[in-house]
Amino acid sequence: MKILKVLNIEKYYGNKSSLTKALNDICFEVEKGEFVAIMGASGSGKTTLLNCLSTIDKVTSGTILVGDKDITKLKGKELNRFRREELGFIFQDFNLLDTLTAYENIALALTIQAIKGKELEKRIEKISQELNIVDILKKYPYQLSGGQKQRVAAARAMITEPKIILADEPTGALDSKSAKMLLEKLDYLNQERKATILMVTHDAFTASYTNRVIFIKDGKIFHEIYRGESSRKEFFDKIIDVVTLLGGDYSDAL
Amino acid sequence: MLCKLSFKNIQKSFKDYAIYFFTLILGVSIFYIFNALDSQTVMLNISSSTAEIVKLMIELLGAVSIFISFILGFLIIYASRFLIKRRKKEFGIYLTLGMSKRKISMILFMETLFIGMISLAIGLILGILLSQFMSIFVANLFEADLTRFTFIFSKTAMMKTLIYFGLMYLFVMIFNTINITKCKLIDLLHASKKSERIHLKNPVICTIIFLISISFLTYAYYSVTVGVEKLLNFQDILTPIVIGCISTFFLFWSLSGLLVKIVTKMKKIYFHGLNSFTIKQVSSKINTTVFSMTLISLMLFVTICVLSSALSLKNSMTSNLKTLAPVDIELEKRRNLTLKEIENQWNLNQNMIEDSTISLEETLKKFEIDYKNIFEDTILFSVYNDQITLKDTLGTYYEEAKRNYPYLRDTFKEDMIRLSDYNAVAQLFGLSQYTLNENEYILISDYETMIPLRNEALKRNTSLTILGKNYFPKYSECQDGFIHISSNHINMGIFIVPDNAVNDHLIDKEIWLANYKNAKEKEEKQKIEDVILNIEKHPYIKNTSLNITTKIALYEASIGLGALVTFIGLYIGIIFLISSAAILALKELSESSDNIERFQMLRKIGVDEKMIHQALFYQIGIFFLFPLIIAMIHSIFGISFCNYILETIGNEKLLESIIMTSIFLVIIYGGYFLITYICSKNIIKEK
Repeated sequence: MKILKVLNIEKYYGNKSSLTKALNDICFEVEKGEFVAIMGASGSGKTTLLNCLSTIDKVTSGTILVGDKDITKLKGKELNRFRREELGFIFQDFNLLDTLTAYENIALALTIQAIKGKELEKRIEKISQELNIVDILKKYPYQLSGGQKQRVAAARAMITEPKIILADEPTGALDSKSAKMLLEKLDYLNQERKATILMVTHDAFTASYTNRVIFIKDGKIFHEIYRGESSRKEFFDKIIDVVTLLGGDYSDAL
Repeated sequence: MLCKLSFKNIQKSFKDYAIYFFTLILGVSIFYIFNALDSQTVMLNISSSTAEIVKLMIELLGAVSIFISFILGFLIIYASRFLIKRRKKEFGIYLTLGMSKRKISMILFMETLFIGMISLAIGLILGILLSQFMSIFVANLFEADLTRFTFIFSKTAMMKTLIYFGLMYLFVMIFNTINITKCKLIDLLHASKKSERIHLKNPVICTIIFLISISFLTYAYYSVTVGVEKLLNFQDILTPIVIGCISTFFLFWSLSGLLVKIVTKMKKIYFHGLNSFTIKQVSSKINTTVFSMTLISLMLFVTICVLSSALSLKNSMTSNLKTLAPVDIELEKRRNLTLKEIENQWNLNQNMIEDSTISLEETLKKFEIDYKNIFEDTILFSVYNDQITLKDTLGTYYEEAKRNYPYLRDTFKEDMIRLSDYNAVAQLFGLSQYTLNENEYILISDYETMIPLRNEALKRNTSLTILGKNYFPKYSECQDGFIHISSNHINMGIFIVPDNAVNDHLIDKEIWLANYKNAKEKEEKQKIEDVILNIEKHPYIKNTSLNITTKIALYEASIGLGALVTFIGLYIGIIFLISSAAILALKELSESSDNIERFQMLRKIGVDEKMIHQALFYQIGIFFLFPLIIAMIHSIFGISFCNYILETIGNEKLLESIIMTSIFLVIIYGGYFLITYICSKNIIKEK
């Protein structure tokens, strides 16, 4: 079952005299339960793509279907409802509210959907066990390490059981050890909970945890590789090959 | 270049400046209006006694203005500190670009100058316009006719406003310069990146402090209400005030921690919608703003008390007069003066002894006044005195009374009046008349603080010994009544005794009450009044203890006094109100800009715009309400204390003035709240 269909989307910035095509005719699909990475150098348009998918930004033309809903047509309240009920977000800078404890941060995603009481407690308990954050639930973001924060953010994204989780450079602000742990957790959520995850990254190591990598260059899809039955290490080498092919300024991102 | 930069800065940040600007303009115009009052009263057709009060009022307003300018100066410095805080990053960028701190100070200097000049100009124009309406209000207060409308402009008030505000702005400039030179570049650049540290207070300590401050507050409340009679001098009154201020601070300190703790525990409420977010927003701020919260709360408290007391005073003073001054004039003269009495009283002299041997009528003849033609409904009677003091009339209750009221003047000599004289006065005044048996007396009084004491003595059947004969109270309670015309209830107690109980040797004063003959209209009464007042210019006036009280003079004095109190009350009240509201508003706005990110995060996880606005509304609402509620609780006791102090002057229509105060509060405070909410909404709006 296709959970996400992106059809010929374009995003233009600027005016007639100086037009920037941030996204130029992008098409792809994501199956339910897939773990997909979108890779590209800075300025390639990957973040713009994610913003369009997450309805934070609007496309100039094209259609994005989540389930069978065209989200480019959503407005106002519907848009917000879609965002909070069908999407989960993980951001590079965590986006946790610094005034709330980890528990409260996770709970907020539920309370704004009017889920409360026992149901709320049960869900938080379950997800925090899965993400190994039970011990830190009472702490404030400033008391947590980057990895812990990102796992709390992942818990917040997962807890509403969204159709798709969008992750924007989730390992960008983490050291390699925490990054590895987070990725293993995301992999676990993908395997066990059948969560559909779409992740934007410029890091080949991070991308190697996924089932499929879509490469973007200058607003266009440049290449696409599937992991298939290969091991993570082999997949990593494949990714590196493509990255080398992309060449130029991208190599310094490694 | 610098000039252009600072001008652009103001333009750019006009939204943030708006409320500051608005407050400054309000401050300037109010300052002008109250200082321009003298030129407004000049054109009014008022009598000389009112003119005296007006002069006093203007002097007082001048003194109050100095105090007000300190408050406003504090407000402006406070506000500019906020604005600088918001712009630290901007200054940091200037510094990295190689601009010197001196130049940055110059930019700030220019900005303050521009803002100062613009706000002064607009404020003055607004003030001049509003003061035209004020003159209608002034005419109304002094019950003078505004015969013709003229445009009034007070040059002195304008100069005063310019100088005072000029000085204030100068201080702000100096302050800003110091503030900037103290800053480090690294702090400036990273000012926005500081992560919030939540210091949750220990709930046990909070509870203890809360209980302690509540009990101290209760004590303060108790001593200004129930225990109010024990407050004898200034120091006694100061104690509960100081206790109140300090415990208010600790109340805010502990309550902010405690309330958050309690609400956090109420899971159903806490985990509902954005409640957890809102509560944490409020708590993180309240923790850091305990001091300003206290200040705002206390200022609101003063505002409420001052406004409601001032307004009620004005209302009651004029209404009292109708019943308390039923006749046009009272002439009073001392009789049987002794040398000893002269020594004790500053307003008596040797010559008056001789005058006190002749009757009041004869004294009047010396002034060559044809009183038969100008007075009607006259009553001439005497007040007697037999060295009987308050100590005697309190009898066995004296010791206890002295303990409870140490300030009791026990050497106070008691006045007595013959029954037939009192009944005649009562008839003229429209009061109840009495009968007496051979050995009875009646005590009349309308001074509320004195009545319970008197009643206690009467209940004990305390006897009165006059010329060796004993008299006993007919009633066990004071009867309502008075013999002197006045604007207040000030009859501390007069004994009505049988006609034969006293003789001419005991005469202490002679009193003559009268109405003006054939004078119905105000003009006719004024004509006779002028004749009477001529007595003051007669050379014999120095030789007599004659004292003249007229209804018109009482009336004018109380109107004048009422107006004076009203003006000063309004002045202080309004300035305090806008200052505290402005501090809150500025604080809230500067926080809102820090909160843009947080609201952005909420949006990203899909929170409705409506929910965000609601959260913002609650957040600002709680911030505005919290100090107001505490101030209101304080005010219940504060007003009742003012009530007690103003009792002698009269404080009827208290409810009416409390309603008036609430209207002021709702308009000004509520207005600031709404503006703050709207501005904050704009600040956090999705870009």
